[in-house]
Amino acid sequence: MERFRITAEPLDEHAIAEGLSTSEDGAVVVFSGIVRAQNKGRKVLHLEYEAYEAMVYPVFERVAEDVRERFGVERLRIHHRIGRVDIGESSVLVAAASPHRGSAFEAARHTMNEIKRIVPIWKREFFEGGDVWVEGPKEPVTE
Amino acid sequence: MTGSAAVTVLLFAAAREAAGRGRLDVPYREGITAAEVWKDLERERPALAPLAGSVSVAVNHRFVPRDTVLAAGDELAFLPPVSGG
Repeated sequence: MERFRITAEPLDEHAIAEGLSTSEDGAVVVFSGIVRAQNKGRKVLHLEYEAYEAMVYPVFERVAEDVRERFGVERLRIHHRIGRVDIGESSVLVAAASPHRGSAFEAARHTMNEIKRIVPIWKREFFEGGDVWVEGPKEPVTE
Repeated sequence: MTGSAAVTVLLFAAAREAAGRGRLDVPYREGITAAEVWKDLERERPALAPLAGSVSVAVNHRFVPRDTVLAAGDELAFLPPVSGG
């Protein structure tokens, strides 16, 4: 299983954790972000994701390095969809394995926060009556 | 200096749509910065102007400050606020 994957195919929350943990690990956390049917009072029909793929992989590496430094978690995988994703499907999976649960939870949470802050992926929300690019933090990233 | 030296510019999401295209080459000139390339783009494609304050800049797949001086052959990308996850 690849550590990092960008794919137009459905994500597999079981496969992402296969073979991730070692005999030192006491915890595996798998986070699945799924598409919900309403957002900001709008009825969502589906999402479409666009990625700057050539940059996504090095930024995933940077996030993994950050997670290693902050939490000592070395076993981390990130899989993200591109293209159309329907209600109820996973758009993103993060798996973290660690000797203890605290650091595995923290690693998964921090990874998701960093995905939303610096990973060059954008979602377009198609809702009843229109569509819109969803935008995260407006402050430009400079390093 | 060859006459064909260029910088590849990539635009994504809202920036791509505002510009009407996701990729173009601009002529390289010595000392040119990412901010200057953006200004030139904005002059030709005014729909980009509202995005000026929020785009991040990447050169060769790394985030950089806007005043970064470019090299011939660089891949320069303008990234609207990301929204993955």
